[in-house]
Amino acid sequence: MTSPVLVLLDHAADGALRPSAAELVTLARPLAGDGGVLGAWVGDGPGPDALAVLAAHGVAAVHVVRPDADPALSAVTAEAVTAVLAATGAGLVLIPSTFEGKEVAAHLAASTGAGVVTDADGVQLEDGVPVASKTVLAGTWTTRCSVVGAPAVVTVKANAVPAEPVAAPREPVVVEHELTVSPAARRVELVERTERAPSDRPDLSGAQVVVVGGRGTEGDFGPIEELADLLGAAVGATRVATDEGWIAKEAQIGQTGVTVTPRLYIGAGVSGAVHHRGGMQAAGTIVAVNSDPDAPIFEIADFGVVGDLFTVLPQATAELRRLLG
Amino acid sequence: MTPGNVPRVRILVAVKHVPDIQSERSLGPDGRMVRDGGDGTLNELDENAVEAALTLVEEAEDGEVVVLTVGPDDAVDAVRRGLQMGADEAVHVVDDAIAGSDAVSTARVLAAAVRRLSEQQPVDLVLTGMAALDGLTSLVPTVLADLLELPALTLATEVMVDETAGTVTVRRELDHAVELLRAPLPAVVSVTDSANEPRYPGFKGIMAARKKAVTTWTLADLGIEPDQVGAAGARTAVVAAAERPAREDRVLVTDGGDAGVRLAAYLVENKLV
Ligand SMILES: Cc1cc2nc3c(=O)[nH]c(=O)nc-3n(C[C@H](O)[C@H](O)[C@H](O)COP(=O)(O)OP(=O)(O)OC[C@H]3O[C@@H](n4cnc5c(N)ncnc54)[C@H](O)[C@@H]3O)c2cc1C
Ligand SMILES: Nc1ncnc2c1ncn2[C@@H]1O[C@H](COP(=O)(O)O)[C@@H](O)[C@H]1O
Repeated sequence: MTSPVLVLLDHAADGALRPSAAELVTLARPLAGDGGVLGAWVGDGPGPDALAVLAAHGVAAVHVVRPDADPALSAVTAEAVTAVLAATGAGLVLIPSTFEGKEVAAHLAASTGAGVVTDADGVQLEDGVPVASKTVLAGTWTTRCSVVGAPAVVTVKANAVPAEPVAAPREPVVVEHELTVSPAARRVELVERTERAPSDRPDLSGAQVVVVGGRGTEGDFGPIEELADLLGAAVGATRVATDEGWIAKEAQIGQTGVTVTPRLYIGAGVSGAVHHRGGMQAAGTIVAVNSDPDAPIFEIADFGVVGDLFTVLPQATAELRRLLG
Repeated sequence: MTPGNVPRVRILVAVKHVPDIQSERSLGPDGRMVRDGGDGTLNELDENAVEAALTLVEEAEDGEVVVLTVGPDDAVDAVRRGLQMGADEAVHVVDDAIAGSDAVSTARVLAAAVRRLSEQQPVDLVLTGMAALDGLTSLVPTVLADLLELPALTLATEVMVDETAGTVTVRRELDHAVELLRAPLPAVVSVTDSANEPRYPGFKGIMAARKKAVTTWTLADLGIEPDQVGAAGARTAVVAAAERPAREDRVLVTDGGDAGVRLAAYLVENKLV
């Protein structure tokens, strides 16, 4: 592919770049032709911090699109991406695989004829055609999909590619676009949007280590949180734990929650129901603590402990504190 | 609803027949889901969409729920299940040419069926599940809305219809934010598994469903050319599929008082922390 690759730069309302941006830009670098890696930034433009990250990771140009409608609406973002595609001739668009990202991809499929692969963990070019790899069927199979339609749109999971800076960073060119949003994209009205306050713990979807509690915690996430904080890990949960209100909904890992692909997953009091496995089975190493030797999670655990989480976890935490000094 | 009257609310629910996720699921040499294992079922997440539709009609005290599926012969089971839950009518679009459709092709067929049903009687809402548990793309609802030129409100955990104002408002919880979205009716709305607790069809429901007819349409009935759908119309193609190898060197210890220490040692020795 000789055309540039476009990355949708995900950022918070206050302009803070999300970790997916540097990861997707890293993935895009070997795929981009002469035009290099381009970023699409929808909303008020990037500040100096964000621009520094983009420079460090080799973004050639940032296309800032200011729509005259709320960029939190996926239809508005999709029109902004379409405008940048038209202006740059990019043939491949990488989008973070969040719920919002997949929605933007869906709009692009409908409006531009794009071929879309969601939840990819890698992209390669084969004879100039983008081929995306992904795990399917609750992490039990891997597939590779070629994208025939143009443009090619691939949504990429968090953590799939570690962000790597370039040797010789250069300040990206900033290109400004004004966008008059179509009446169609304005049909949905954003009545209210409350962004969650950022937590001190790492973001669940991108975390390298995740410690997860289920019904076995009986609502006491203390041992989970202590281990997580020692390891700098994110805290996750099963749907039972979030349904019970023991922890916030956004901590739910699984088929209908967040998909995580950490280096290390530690689950305690988690049975390993197929719905939960769908969101974690592709983790690097799986550790499980469960009092029931027949719990299905042991079928996929690299290291399983049959025991009571309320004794095993605190002991492990204390020992790790000693070993790690 | 008395026959001949136009129902007050008319809701279509798109439902998909998928391999049961509790079963041994696999992909064939062509990279397509093996769908003939006899383990097919109504996509669990579409039960939430059917439930949402039934509840809205019950609240309006007058209305009609139509379940709609696109898929092979077996897929009729999915709409039958919807009828058992309490839907009034069912439509099954079936055609050999549909096999291998991607999200856009599927949405194209659904859109044609929705248009056709809307011509018969106006439709207020099209409800869908948040994802089909086979491919988990979550693309179909948004593409469907765009093809129908209707607003898309996705991932609703609450669906509120204001008939007087002619609007639908949804609440949704995303990774970083909670949103309230509103759009004029008709609209396409996808609901999550937190939206409700799907009812279980009772004996009465199962008996009543036996008397309800399922309308079958082919692509020709909908005016769709075969080459627009199926593998021919797909914009993505699976080029390789492989089962992931089982994890090796698995260790299972039973706590005899020092399992926490052994767990810590495992993590450190394997440089995981
Ligand atoms: C459509 C649909 C979608 C779903 N989506 C999701 C999803 O995205 N994510 C998700 O997680 N679930 C999801 N679920 C729910 C899922 O099916 C399971 O019910 C859920 O994952 C079970 O949670 P759990 O492991 O915490 O509870 P349980 O299955 O009840 O398991 C609790 C485990 O804790 C163990 N235990 C108890 N006490 C202790 C102790 N003191 N020490 C150690 N172990 C102990 C028990 O032996 C048991 O194995 C979904 C369900 C449906 C129908
Ligand atoms: N073949 C189909 N027939 C009817 N509805 C479908 C079909 N495929 C997808 N849907 C609907 O679209 C939703 C999302 O599916 P997907 O985009 O494939 O994850 C499902 O929950 C269904 O409501």
